[in-house]
Amino acid sequence: MENIWKIIFGRLGWDSFPFYDPIILSTFIVVILGGVGVLAALTKFKLWGYLWREWFTSVDHKKIGIMYIVLATVMLLRGFADAIMMRLQQSVAFGANEGYLNAHHFDQVFTAHGTIMIFFVAIPLISGVINFVMPLQIGARDVAFPYLNNLSFWLTASGAALVMASLFVGEFSTGGWLNYVPVTNLENSPGVGPDYYLWALQIAGVGTTLSAINMVATVIKMRAPGMTMMKMPVFVWTAFCSQALAIAIFPVLTAAFAMLMLDRYLGFNFFTNDLGGNPMMYWNLVWIWGHPEVYVLILPVFGIYSEVTSTFTGKRLFGYSSMVYATVVITILSYLVWLHHFFTMGSGASVNSFFGIATMVISIPTGAKIFNWLFTMYRGDIRFELPMMWVVAFMLTFVVGGMTGVLLAVPPADFVLHNSLFLVAHFHNVIIGGVIFGLFAGIEYWFPKAFGFKLDKFWGKVHFWGWVIGYWVAWTPIYIVGLMGVTRRLRWIEDPSLQPYFIVAAIGAFIILIGITGFLIGLVVSIMKREQLRDHTGDPWGGRTLEWSTSSPPPAYNFAFTPRVHDLDAWYDMKSRGYERPLTGFKPIHMPKPTATGVYQAGLATVLGFAMVWYMWWLAALAFIGLLVVTIAHTFNYDRDYYIPAEEVERIEKARAEPSLEPRKGPNPDPEPTGPFAPAGA
Amino acid sequence: MATTYDQASQEAALSETFHLVEDEHGHGHGSPTLLGFWIYMMSDALIFAALFATYGVLSTSFAGGPVPQDVFDLRLVALNTAFLLVSSITYGFGMLAMERGQKGTVQLWLLVTALLGIAFVGVELYEFNHFAHEGAVPQRSGYWSGVWTLVGTHGLHVSVGILWIGIMMVQVAQRGLIEANKRRLMCLGMFWHLLDVVWIGVFTYVYLLGMIR
Amino acid sequence: MSASDANLDHELHSHGDTHGHGSTKSYLVGFLLSVALTAIPFWLVMSGITPANWTAAIVIVCAVVQIIVHTICFLHVTTSAEGGWTLLSYAFTAVILFITIAGSLWIMYHLNTNMMPGMMTGEVSTTP
Repeated sequence: MENIWKIIFGRLGWDSFPFYDPIILSTFIVVILGGVGVLAALTKFKLWGYLWREWFTSVDHKKIGIMYIVLATVMLLRGFADAIMMRLQQSVAFGANEGYLNAHHFDQVFTAHGTIMIFFVAIPLISGVINFVMPLQIGARDVAFPYLNNLSFWLTASGAALVMASLFVGEFSTGGWLNYVPVTNLENSPGVGPDYYLWALQIAGVGTTLSAINMVATVIKMRAPGMTMMKMPVFVWTAFCSQALAIAIFPVLTAAFAMLMLDRYLGFNFFTNDLGGNPMMYWNLVWIWGHPEVYVLILPVFGIYSEVTSTFTGKRLFGYSSMVYATVVITILSYLVWLHHFFTMGSGASVNSFFGIATMVISIPTGAKIFNWLFTMYRGDIRFELPMMWVVAFMLTFVVGGMTGVLLAVPPADFVLHNSLFLVAHFHNVIIGGVIFGLFAGIEYWFPKAFGFKLDKFWGKVHFWGWVIGYWVAWTPIYIVGLMGVTRRLRWIEDPSLQPYFIVAAIGAFIILIGITGFLIGLVVSIMKREQLRDHTGDPWGGRTLEWSTSSPPPAYNFAFTPRVHDLDAWYDMKSRGYERPLTGFKPIHMPKPTATGVYQAGLATVLGFAMVWYMWWLAALAFIGLLVVTIAHTFNYDRDYYIPAEEVERIEKARAEPSLEPRKGPNPDPEPTGPFAPAGA
Repeated sequence: MATTYDQASQEAALSETFHLVEDEHGHGHGSPTLLGFWIYMMSDALIFAALFATYGVLSTSFAGGPVPQDVFDLRLVALNTAFLLVSSITYGFGMLAMERGQKGTVQLWLLVTALLGIAFVGVELYEFNHFAHEGAVPQRSGYWSGVWTLVGTHGLHVSVGILWIGIMMVQVAQRGLIEANKRRLMCLGMFWHLLDVVWIGVFTYVYLLGMIR
Repeated sequence: MSASDANLDHELHSHGDTHGHGSTKSYLVGFLLSVALTAIPFWLVMSGITPANWTAAIVIVCAVVQIIVHTICFLHVTTSAEGGWTLLSYAFTAVILFITIAGSLWIMYHLNTNMMPGMMTGEVSTTP
């Protein structure tokens, strides 16, 4: 009897569910109730068909981009909950007080926090913004491989689902966000935690790699005629370099994780402590991935800053060529610095010096970019709309983080500060001050393009000040205690005189929570007030690049006629030269069909991952075979496209209000639509 | 800003500066499939890079167990290399036939390529079986973990290639040498040739250099 | 789904979408060169004629040359394929490959020497 149970359920049992832990159990119950509520509402309002047809099976880059951002926002809440838990624990656990989290739980919390924030918040946010914006900026109708784009999204969602499942069924890894060996060797962590991590990230990693290939091929092959590489918007350059870098690094992570899986599942000896294994090689490989990864995240954000700065100062970006060269140099250099993550592992002076110097050199092109933005702002007509506010906050915050990075790049200094809270403050400084602020700038900037109305200003400011003040209050004390020698990932600290710092940090986290709440409320309020906030013209900010020539939101096909480009800042060029939007002569437009294949493949991948985690071999085999069958069957489908009839295109184009041709203008001055107004698009 | 139909042609002329007046297909870029697949193969090559690097790091980690001189048979490796190399030109001949539109000839060369690939995988399985008998298994040492994974990953790729050849034979039989199938055959060609390139690395680094030491 | 290229504007080809094609001659030349570049290393190693250092060096050189032969004759990588992007992405990958392998070997050699005495000489582990 026992044996049959084991064969069917592997190592899944009643003890896999969180009855033992009141915190997780209550979270579980809340999530189940909330989830049931959402499902019930969807059913009641008969939204399943709509969701399936218009969103889940869509191959439209705009929809996929939005879905990525929605996924990332949901995962942000989970990752931030982990952050609050850590702050709470670290603000009380001193001396005699052990806090409320035991060690095993705390270790999972910091592991989950980092894993989720990087893989399921930052990466999907970047993918989402690039997905939505880049094809519009190059005058294309979609990305190079629309079905793969859909699949990539669902594979990311699949990974997220597995990570979320680990909260309630079983447990998560305790090896940190990179799942370090030797903690995660089979003998030290025989449980399901590291396996959840590995499967979730391998599946999501395939999605990210495929997406990166897609974006790079799109930029190379699908630019509008006349848009040479040196006439592309800076955001497209940064997206291109970022995604090319992603293609270069994710295979290494895939290989490293595969080798750890082989160790754990089949007793291989790659990273074992004996029999010729070498755990240090795991660190080497994951950091070959890990360092360039942060540049994959920051480069597109530098592109966002460039777009926002030039738009809201009404000027062409200063030093376009040097921005491009700086981006390319950063891309290449970022592949040459990875050892600075383990200076202390013992590779010696020659190796440490090389990587230390290379690390410091990267700050030079980055500094060049900061100067270019400042020179763009100089003598510009600066409008402090929310996107621009985020840019200024970025400049003041990120630069500090960059400087602490250069400090850490000096190996002798790093010997003191490695794995201290100073390091933790450094990377949160650059990720929050750099990546996150930039993504918020991008969201504020492109939201009206995506949805047809701006975000509410008041709640946008609550969002802004919550994050900016909250960041500084939360992380300044952490820099200080880090300098004083406090180690990272500590669940309890012996010295009670350090407690005030951690209390301040916890307060900072709550101020950030106010910011996040402001964002969520702002979304709701903006939707309710959408008619007041409506963008009628498609160009609410006086933009300079091609996406602003379309309606808000753009029609499914983006451009009725493929644009011809003559200069940088193509839309600005068109506006300045008396561009007239054609209203006749439309042709049928070739479009890719929606498909459910990606949903099925990702669903099967989720089952496969779950089954492998729990050693349910029969289920894993079935899921794998199913995956093969669905994939091969898909290749037999040659009927993947359709045409939008010319009359339909004409109807949509005529219904849209004219864009304003004022090359530089302030906030949307057009309160009344000039013709029958309907939001153009699907 | 209202426009009238009278001015349409004038405006159309003006907008040609900024718009492409295009034919039905609406995009003139040429298919991105070949470049996209090439870039995917580049990413695949980097998986092998990581495996080569790991093999290199573990290349003397015998842990007191079997060493390559105990179990490698270079004659078998030479045979395998021959299979793969010949399969590269048989695939190449298939591509030439494809350009001439000779469906039957294409199918023939595809079949020959697949058979050579099956022979390759067969020899490798035989080889691994021999390793296992001698205790040269991944569970014994980091070195054999490296060898089995690097060689095995390559063999897995060849196996996927064989499956793909089979699928292409069916699709070519069903729909002939249409544009989509020709693109797919070219992608498969890139895949197959790049696997031979990786094999050059494998037989050099693992087998030849392994035996010299 | 691709348009027939012939009908389209020259301007639209500004990115260049030619991909390389072979010929019977190029395949045969490539094949014969590859056979030679395979046979020599195998023969040198199996016969043991040359001293180990020389053998290793020749073997490596032959491998690199053979890869180039494959690249030109079988993969048809040229400077014009895909507007130069085929070659550029190939070269970029080669650089990354080199950094990954050489960098890892360099780092791990130092780590092993400093942190795991006995490892680098292939000494027998005393673990049962």
